[in-house]
Amino acid sequence: MEIIAQRPKSLTDTQFSYCPGCTHGISHRLIAEAMDELGLRNSMMGVCPVGCSVLAYNFFDCDMAEAAHGRAPALATGMKRARPDMHVFTYQGDGDLAAIGTAEIIHAANRGEHITVFFVNNAIYGMTGGQMAPTTLPGMKTTTSPYGRDETDIGYPIRVSEMLATLEAPYYIARVSLLSPQDIIKAKKAVYKALKFNKEERGFTFVEFVSTCPTNWGLEPLKAFEWAKENMLPFFKIGVFKDKSIEEEAK
Amino acid sequence: MAEKILMKGNEAIAEAALRAGCRLYFAYPITPQSELIEYMSRMMPKAGGTFVQAESEVAAINMVYGASGCGKRVMTSSSSPGVSLKQEGISYISGASLPAVVVNVVRGGPGLGDIQPAQGDYFQATRGGGHGDYRTIVLAPSTVQEFADMAPLAFDLADKYRMVALILSDGLIGQMMEPVEFQPAKTEKELEELNNQHLDWCMHPNEDEPNHHHHIINSLELDPHVLSDLVLNLEKKYIEVEKNEIRFEEYNISPDNEIVCVAFGTAARITKSAIDELQKEGKSVGLIRPITLWPFPAKAIDDAIHQKVRKVLTLELNLGQMIDDVRLALKGKVPVEFMGRVGGLVFTPEEVKAKIEEIFI
Repeated sequence: MEIIAQRPKSLTDTQFSYCPGCTHGISHRLIAEAMDELGLRNSMMGVCPVGCSVLAYNFFDCDMAEAAHGRAPALATGMKRARPDMHVFTYQGDGDLAAIGTAEIIHAANRGEHITVFFVNNAIYGMTGGQMAPTTLPGMKTTTSPYGRDETDIGYPIRVSEMLATLEAPYYIARVSLLSPQDIIKAKKAVYKALKFNKEERGFTFVEFVSTCPTNWGLEPLKAFEWAKENMLPFFKIGVFKDKSIEEEAK
Repeated sequence: MAEKILMKGNEAIAEAALRAGCRLYFAYPITPQSELIEYMSRMMPKAGGTFVQAESEVAAINMVYGASGCGKRVMTSSSSPGVSLKQEGISYISGASLPAVVVNVVRGGPGLGDIQPAQGDYFQATRGGGHGDYRTIVLAPSTVQEFADMAPLAFDLADKYRMVALILSDGLIGQMMEPVEFQPAKTEKELEELNNQHLDWCMHPNEDEPNHHHHIINSLELDPHVLSDLVLNLEKKYIEVEKNEIRFEEYNISPDNEIVCVAFGTAARITKSAIDELQKEGKSVGLIRPITLWPFPAKAIDDAIHQKVRKVLTLELNLGQMIDDVRLALKGKVPVEFMGRVGGLVFTPEEVKAKIEEIFI
């Protein structure tokens, strides 16, 4: 019998504790596959956030550090500066990266730290039970915006990829979607690129995943994909916002 | 005899840290310790190390966490308001059992306060300003020389016990210039050994199976039984520290003492001048100067209370913080009085002498 698909070596055999239909499982897998393909498992250190993926240190089979809420890019800076011979990624959700950790991500990106940041955007705070996130859409009901997010009171969702792309230093910034098989294939390409540039010490790379949270959106997984396609993709546009390799290849 | 260099306290501690093998420093400017970060920005690259000015004291302590998780000697420094920002990070570093050195050049508080010397962070330093059950070793210098000597000591203690060693200095020691004799710098071989001392637990390059073992730096344990074990293990460590690492100075302690003073840092240095003057007048006053504020030299203070001692005077540049520990140490054996100064003001030896004379009767 021939094995044609299996768990990537960069994932442990610990069963994921994510909700059924959650896209964390997909993003974890894409990252782990790319790590295997690039031979990064033994030189990689990951930083896990506070959020649904707080236990990611149980799922990725590489050295991992657990960060305080929002601080992952600062830890990653210290780690990469301490061990430039190794590679570093962070994996963060909306609250971790776009709320409490806004200063840390902007400045790590601005310094051009040689790290890869994976940003899971599902427009809500999953782990704590469905509160509003900086990426929550206008009108969206959450446990702390029960009347729907009122943009006249508390503003609009933050487009992190576009915001970071205004900085000079970042090397590669992309937003991808996990909402369909075709999108997932494209997402894998972006993940691979981000980690390949990391391995080649080209600079700061960033991939934002448009993701779902069926549990806190109150939708079945397939309906959650549909809702996200209709509501999230128009606001959080898929695309590559920075890719210095294109200019470099042209030379 | 080794060379003595005239140096500002803030620069002396930085130089001493470099000589102690620190090759990673992350910090944010704040008065009165900006000379420290500036010195590091010049000299750390020359030593082949890494200097990063972080975007905040929060980011800096988390960079320390990351670098420490890789088993490296790493330091940050700040002053009171910035050290408040670091409390979360210090709790995480303590929970994850990581070694780190933090320097606090204390200024007047609370809040934004002022930039003059003070000792108002004693509670924050010794009671653990962050959340949860943890301790940090706290070292209190009283001269620039002692400040410098505490760098290698702090790194050694932090590495030995895998915890935070906090050097609690103040704006006066940080800013004044005194002659300093430095301990020799680490050799290449010693630096190599330092780099490899934590390979049993820190993050470092991995191997394929069968020797594949990934390292996790973490303070999260959702199972309360496991967290309880983790915290009880921290306690075991702290008990060892209390047994082995108490440091203090006895100044003019003798069976003739009628008053014993307890003071640390700059307050102790000033008190010594007053004690010398009083001794000339035949009044015997002793001083116990804690050098480790945690672990606190409770027994040394208790032992210093000889038969003739009628009062203990605690002198601090705050509203009275260490005095709690002094009272706990003495258990009501003898009355404990207080002399303080706040707002960044510093008492003079004459004022201390007058206070001691006042309570002498």
